Amino acid sequence: MCSALTVQVQDLSAAYRKSKVLENINFEIKPGTMTSIVGPNGAGKSTLLKVMLELHPSIIGEVLFFGEKYQKAKSKIGYVPQRGSVDWDFPTNAIDVVMMGLYGQIGWFRWPNKIHKERAMGALSEMGMENYADRQISQLSGGQQQRVFLARALVQDAELYMLDEPLAGVDATTERAIMDVLKCLKERGKTVMVVHHDLQTVEDYFDQVLMLNKSVIAHGPTEEVFTNDNIMKTYGGKLRWMGGKLNV
Amino acid sequence: MSYAGWIILTASLVGLTCGLIGVLLILRRMAMMADAISHTVLLGIVCAYLITRELSGIHMLYGAIIAGLITAVLVQWFHTRGVQQDAAIGVVFTTLFAIGVILIATKVGNAHLDVKHTLMGEITFIPWEKISIPILGDVPEAVVLLTIVLCIILFVIFAFYKEWKITSFDPALAASIGIPVVLMHYAFMSLVSLTTVAAFDAVGAIMVVAMLITPAATAYLWTDRLSWMFVLSSLFGILSSFIGYYMAVWLDTTISGAMAFSTGIIFMLSFIFSPRYGLIAKWFHNRRSSKSLGIFR
Amino acid sequence: MFDFQFLSYNAQSVLLSTFLLGIAAGIIGCFAYWKRQSLMSDALSHAALPGVVLGFAVLGEKNLFVMILGAAITALLGAWMIHLIRTSSRVKEDAAMGIVLSVYFGLGMMLLTFVNKMPNGNQSGLDSFIFGQAASMVNKDVWTMIGVATVVLIMMIIMFKEWKLFLFDPSFAKGLGLSLTKMNVIYMALLVLVIVVGIQAVGVILMAALLIIPSVSARYWTDSFKTMVILSALFGGGSGLVGTLISTLGSGWPTGPFIVITASLLFVLSLAVGRKKGLITLYLQHRSKQIFNGLKQMEEGQ
Repeated sequence: MCSALTVQVQDLSAAYRKSKVLENINFEIKPGTMTSIVGPNGAGKSTLLKVMLELHPSIIGEVLFFGEKYQKAKSKIGYVPQRGSVDWDFPTNAIDVVMMGLYGQIGWFRWPNKIHKERAMGALSEMGMENYADRQISQLSGGQQQRVFLARALVQDAELYMLDEPLAGVDATTERAIMDVLKCLKERGKTVMVVHHDLQTVEDYFDQVLMLNKSVIAHGPTEEVFTNDNIMKTYGGKLRWMGGKLNV
Repeated sequence: MSYAGWIILTASLVGLTCGLIGVLLILRRMAMMADAISHTVLLGIVCAYLITRELSGIHMLYGAIIAGLITAVLVQWFHTRGVQQDAAIGVVFTTLFAIGVILIATKVGNAHLDVKHTLMGEITFIPWEKISIPILGDVPEAVVLLTIVLCIILFVIFAFYKEWKITSFDPALAASIGIPVVLMHYAFMSLVSLTTVAAFDAVGAIMVVAMLITPAATAYLWTDRLSWMFVLSSLFGILSSFIGYYMAVWLDTTISGAMAFSTGIIFMLSFIFSPRYGLIAKWFHNRRSSKSLGIFR
Repeated sequence: MFDFQFLSYNAQSVLLSTFLLGIAAGIIGCFAYWKRQSLMSDALSHAALPGVVLGFAVLGEKNLFVMILGAAITALLGAWMIHLIRTSSRVKEDAAMGIVLSVYFGLGMMLLTFVNKMPNGNQSGLDSFIFGQAASMVNKDVWTMIGVATVVLIMMIIMFKEWKLFLFDPSFAKGLGLSLTKMNVIYMALLVLVIVVGIQAVGVILMAALLIIPSVSARYWTDSFKTMVILSALFGGGSGLVGTLISTLGSGWPTGPFIVITASLLFVLSLAVGRKKGLITLYLQHRSKQIFNGLKQMEEGQ
């Protein structure tokens, strides 16, 4: 239909083991927006990304990227998974990790060449990590590791970036570095979706918000949608709002 | 070539082949799967024999690969049914292995396989079972088999090097950029089965596990680069074969047992003395950083 | 088909031994399962082999007590090494287990060939430790088995609450003052005890099966820890008993594989029919849910 929309999700449902994790998800993402996905633990935020990227099966529903199915649009999407599950003792260094982002483009039976390496260095520089190119990844701090992973997504030169809790457990400098890069992407017309854990900073960083608790509670521009009411509905009274920033 | 020469060559080929595959086993944390497969190939071989009535190499290979794949599939299936990974491996391989042993022990269809041989190998017999190769003359069958398998492994690792790297390091990302992670997993299991069966005529099932895991783990303690890990692992495998052989001759004991034990010796030495990741290096590193922080323990 | 041999006193003792062994293995296997250390028992069983052989070599004759002591020593040494490797280097636990398992077993094989050249070597009965030969157990062994099974049972019963806490929520347990180190030591001691005694019946290679399969089978029948342990003990004991019986049908058949197959059959049965999570149960639940939903839709449609 409208390929002017970056993402279209219709009637999406998914389950994990025997319980439904996502139910009747419907939303659309416009190009050039920066959307944060928020919700309590177990709300299905990570699962939503995984289902959209076909890393997890869906029961029903349709997802379109730029008007096409995922398999056709794959090369335009950059994914930054959660940091947790990687083995940091793996014998690889920062630049190597970034180049892995290009393996899909390099294709079967071919090796990375100088151009690929330059692009990888470029991505590392954007994240301020060019001096750490040859460091083995276990020698990097948590924030540095996260920046390398973001560089890996940047090098793919995608149109849509999907990040799963990129700011969780990182120091203030890294947070700023990451948000700067994301803002840059938005200014260049890219679309960004971020599963975000920190309600305090939603208004500062994101122009759109998608509030999720198994189904979509609210979605739209942050100023309109990110209200006390919606927060209570999403978090179901599990949250005690300690900040004073919200004024309804 | 002399009798001893063939034995050492066979053993070196085992060390080399297992060393290469072992690197991926360690990095993919599938060491215990290798243990499992090295047991279940027994059943594969017995079944292949019962069906084809042939004890020749190629049929063993088929049986082994099928057994390895079935092992991987069953473990995966039980795991998705909620059984812990470890326990799933334990249930599958002990059952399949027990079936294999029973088939042999009850001499179903007169299977002339000696279970002890399968476990321990009989490398001393290798030089006697020769086949004719054009140009090279009479070569032991085991050497031919191992060389073929080695070539296959070298090709597969080299051709798909970056795919192995990414699927071992970050399968989620690999899937998202279009690499067939599951296919590669099962292809890998097949390679392990192939290596196991080629090797265990020489060293038996249990020792194959030593050759698959220990040299690679040793290499892991020496380097931060994947390419070097492959090289070092192969070298340590070959070294273990040499040391094991001469130890066995000197002490007049089982060659495969000695080879397995040698892998352990080399590992232990590296564990303590490796300049980057050994115990002593770490101790020095800790002392230096404590000192620089002004803390002296 | 059935000789009267199974009524002989010796045969009865053997059956009793394997029955009790199965019970003990079933219980401690449950603990290992919840500690996520199922394959550790495999590594420890293999690590026991050099100790058994050394036990024989030291005395020059078969003395079960010394051999078991030897087995316990090398098994515990193996456990310590796995722990050391895992905590002091980048090598992960699965690789550490694989290393200890195969290297110790290789050493055991080397020692075995030495021993087979010693004067009493052929009578060592050491070969039976590889696949198990319950029939080679004598009366004294039955008492050993009874002793072991009793010890395991007692330790399980009197410390039941502590085990439950220790296995499911160690940090909480610690907060309550339960010494995790002490529990770990007792657990390890019991595990090694069962292993070194059990390898006579089931053999080094298959001992892990008796520790893993009954407890996994029990899982499909219940969500209660207590019931799982009891069921696991019964499955283990049953497998030991039936498996040994079957192995008497042929001459020279090792007991180990038959015990394992029996356990596996029980597992498949549990998988299919188990009341809690068995496949058939799940299918029936799914069907009844479908029917229910269908009825509901019909109601609402009106």
